[in-house]
Amino acid sequence: MLSFIVNKQRVNLDVDPSTPLLWVLRENLGLTGTKYGCGMAQCGACTVHLNGEAVRSCVAPVSRAAGKEVTTIEGLSPDLSHPLQRAWIAEDVPQCGYCQSGQLMSAAVLLREKPQPTDEDIDEAMTGNICRCGTYPRIRKAIHRAAGMMTKGEAR
Amino acid sequence: MSAPQIERREFLKFSLAAGGGLLIGFSLPGADMFATAQAQSTTVFMPNAFLRIGTDDRVTVIVNHSEMGQGVYTALPMLLAEELDADWNKIGFESAPVDPKYNHPVFGMQITGGSSSVWSAFEQYRKAGAAARGMLIAAAAQQWNVNPATLRTDSGAVFDGTNRKLTYGQLAEAAAKLTPPAEVTLKDPKTFKLIGKPVKRLDTSEKINGKAVFGLDVKMPGMLTAVVARPPIFGATMKSFDDSRARTMPGVRKIAAVPSGVAVIADSFWQAKMAREALHVDWDDSAMRTFSTNQMMQQFREQAKSPGTNVRREGDPDAAFAQAAKKIEAVYEVPYLPHAMMEPLNCAVDLRADTCEIWTGTQFQTVDRANAAKIAGLPPERVQIHTTYLGGGFGRRANPQSDFVVEAVHVAKVAGAPVKVVWTREDDMQGGWYRPAFLHAIAGSIDSNGNPVSWRSRLVGQSIFAGTMFEAMMKGKEYDPASVEGVDDLPYAIPNLAVESHKADVKVPVQWWRSVGHSHTGFATECFIDELAVLAQKDPYQFRRALLPKHPRHLAVLDLAAQKAGWGKPLPKGRARGIAVHFAFESYNAQVAEVSVDDGKIRVHRIVSAVDCGRYVNPGIIAAQLEGGAIFGASAALFQEFTFENGRLQQTNFHTFPMMRMNECPEIETHIVENNEKSGGIGEPGVPCTAPAIANAVFAATGKRIRKLPIRMTEAV
Ligand code: FES
Ligand code: FES
Repeated sequence: MLSFIVNKQRVNLDVDPSTPLLWVLRENLGLTGTKYGCGMAQCGACTVHLNGEAVRSCVAPVSRAAGKEVTTIEGLSPDLSHPLQRAWIAEDVPQCGYCQSGQLMSAAVLLREKPQPTDEDIDEAMTGNICRCGTYPRIRKAIHRAAGMMTKGEAR
Repeated sequence: MSAPQIERREFLKFSLAAGGGLLIGFSLPGADMFATAQAQSTTVFMPNAFLRIGTDDRVTVIVNHSEMGQGVYTALPMLLAEELDADWNKIGFESAPVDPKYNHPVFGMQITGGSSSVWSAFEQYRKAGAAARGMLIAAAAQQWNVNPATLRTDSGAVFDGTNRKLTYGQLAEAAAKLTPPAEVTLKDPKTFKLIGKPVKRLDTSEKINGKAVFGLDVKMPGMLTAVVARPPIFGATMKSFDDSRARTMPGVRKIAAVPSGVAVIADSFWQAKMAREALHVDWDDSAMRTFSTNQMMQQFREQAKSPGTNVRREGDPDAAFAQAAKKIEAVYEVPYLPHAMMEPLNCAVDLRADTCEIWTGTQFQTVDRANAAKIAGLPPERVQIHTTYLGGGFGRRANPQSDFVVEAVHVAKVAGAPVKVVWTREDDMQGGWYRPAFLHAIAGSIDSNGNPVSWRSRLVGQSIFAGTMFEAMMKGKEYDPASVEGVDDLPYAIPNLAVESHKADVKVPVQWWRSVGHSHTGFATECFIDELAVLAQKDPYQFRRALLPKHPRHLAVLDLAAQKAGWGKPLPKGRARGIAVHFAFESYNAQVAEVSVDDGKIRVHRIVSAVDCGRYVNPGIIAAQLEGGAIFGASAALFQEFTFENGRLQQTNFHTFPMMRMNECPEIETHIVENNEKSGGIGEPGVPCTAPAIANAVFAATGKRIRKLPIRMTEAV
């Protein structure tokens, strides 16, 4: 039996510990906001937070989460109030939307570490996340916008 | 006797428990927004197939095109809401079920493709809104006992001269009893409140909180998950398989042959995938075992040496070429390319004795339903398709054979339970239906004043239409219009001009890929015109301008892009600009790319893209499509190719098939030409110019010509 916290709720699961965290989140826990794009840490669609760090859940065995805290896109905010979500709406970022959970989860760690990220910081933090629709220019703008909201104290 | 349609309502009620104790709701795109609202709506007014108004004032627009990122779930509701005079804050959307009512008015079937959603819906959705508005006014007139002509509408309500007000929700019940008007008058475009405004997308919220349901997210009670072991080489057939180990693995329910390979069906995706790895399949791969793209391109080069089927001919290009003052010949090549949507293919099927329900992200509902019905052994009316969000489409999800849907129905037949077939990234990339590889051999010449006198394009590549149900679109021609589009209508004034096409008999499955033929004709023609300009010692922008006297809309976008990009103005050392212009899908696009080349590495710094797509609906979405189109085009220009050796595809995932990433992404600036022309497309027209603009900029920076994609400085000439 594996036990860990997902979006502040404790879960106890009887699964093969080598199963990637991604598929446990999606199939055992019904948290389908986290996406599958490549299965080999190439695209970032599956990005979640494990004890606050961005990880590619497609290559992280669920055993790595044991005793730890996982946050998925469903846990980013209960009501779209995260500055990044508000900035994403303001910049009309998503196209197909499939990569966006991963983009947001990567960006959330960036903003926590560097509340005023430079373009280079954004390049570094976001280059692991592919967007086939090409929303990069808007993601960049939205991250800067979210950073701006946070300095102006608009953040929660 | 036709079987009764399955009612859509039955499907909207889904709400089910997933394993592990968390409860999730299942809903189709948009439905989630109004889950509560709909429960409260006791009476609804549904004047036509395209909208529903609840007593709670909610207006639900039913969208007959698939949302794959291009914004139809916002643009089409805007059209309807405009004529309805709806309150935009009360507008929602829903994907249409399969029904002839929702056919594309021009293509005669339910399809999302050809960059046609907005122009095809432009009147259809406005008329639907106007008809509803007329009925709501009539209902209010009855209630107040006044002449309807004295009433006006605004923001979801009808008002009389004294500003008495009845909301659409208050009128819904009464309006539902009226007969829809036979004719409607549409608004004068000058009075538009929504159309033409950068209205925010309606689907953003559910795409940033994990709630949007894509095909991969579909879940239903008792559903199994399958992966299919497909042939490693196109055309290979299964001889036998050994599942002695695979079938004993945890969660495995069934392993069975299906026409496309061997289906491994399990409780979960990971179990199915693990079991597939333990499966041994023996393939007869003799058909294409020796196939190689290098050899194929060699053969294309040979073919291009002889005349092909005549597509267009003016004057005598061969004679003019022979006598010309200066001449040049060039061969351009582009590779096979996959669509590589971010969401790999998948399809969920619940097959019962007398119904078949399919949940998938498709661009091709009518065709999929017909093909699925054949396999299910049911009349098409007993098959329903629920269109989920599409994690990208780019043409792949409109497959003439419905490959991913048909296969899933076959798997459902052996599964004996609801089942979702999931493709891994590798399955998706190796699954075929690529943009065909193409070769253009072009010969051109100029006179002693530098004016072009001849141009002859010979194309070699596979036909997309041949052998499919769309062969009829070839209209008995000896060539495929989808192969030559974009060169058969070359706009430049050149007195002697020929376009010839050669068929390529290769068995790699090919398909439309964002911008179809234009994806290669744009590259070849816009690079070659640049080569002619340099041969004439003229500025590439001015050279094009002089050859477009009869094409004012080409000129306008060319001028706009050049002006905004600062064409001719000095740049930092090492940087150079390239330009391209192209007409595709009823829209005109020009782009200027700014690049630098350092140690053989190309960096695209900036792209300025100008479009004329006639009257537009949402400039915010247009800008997004141009940004995305340029990035799609730049990925292909800089990084991407599919190659085959010994019949096997050499690329399998994003490590061997790279995409443009954040750190490589240029600054992109977009501009729209304002006019009142008929609406054109926007999803595809922004792709074709990017590769030639970059290639021409590379020439300007280095003096080296790029004639092959993806660009490699080692192959430049
Ligand atoms: S799915 Fe995990 S990085 Fe692509
Ligand atoms: S929005 Fe479609 S892949 Fe990023």
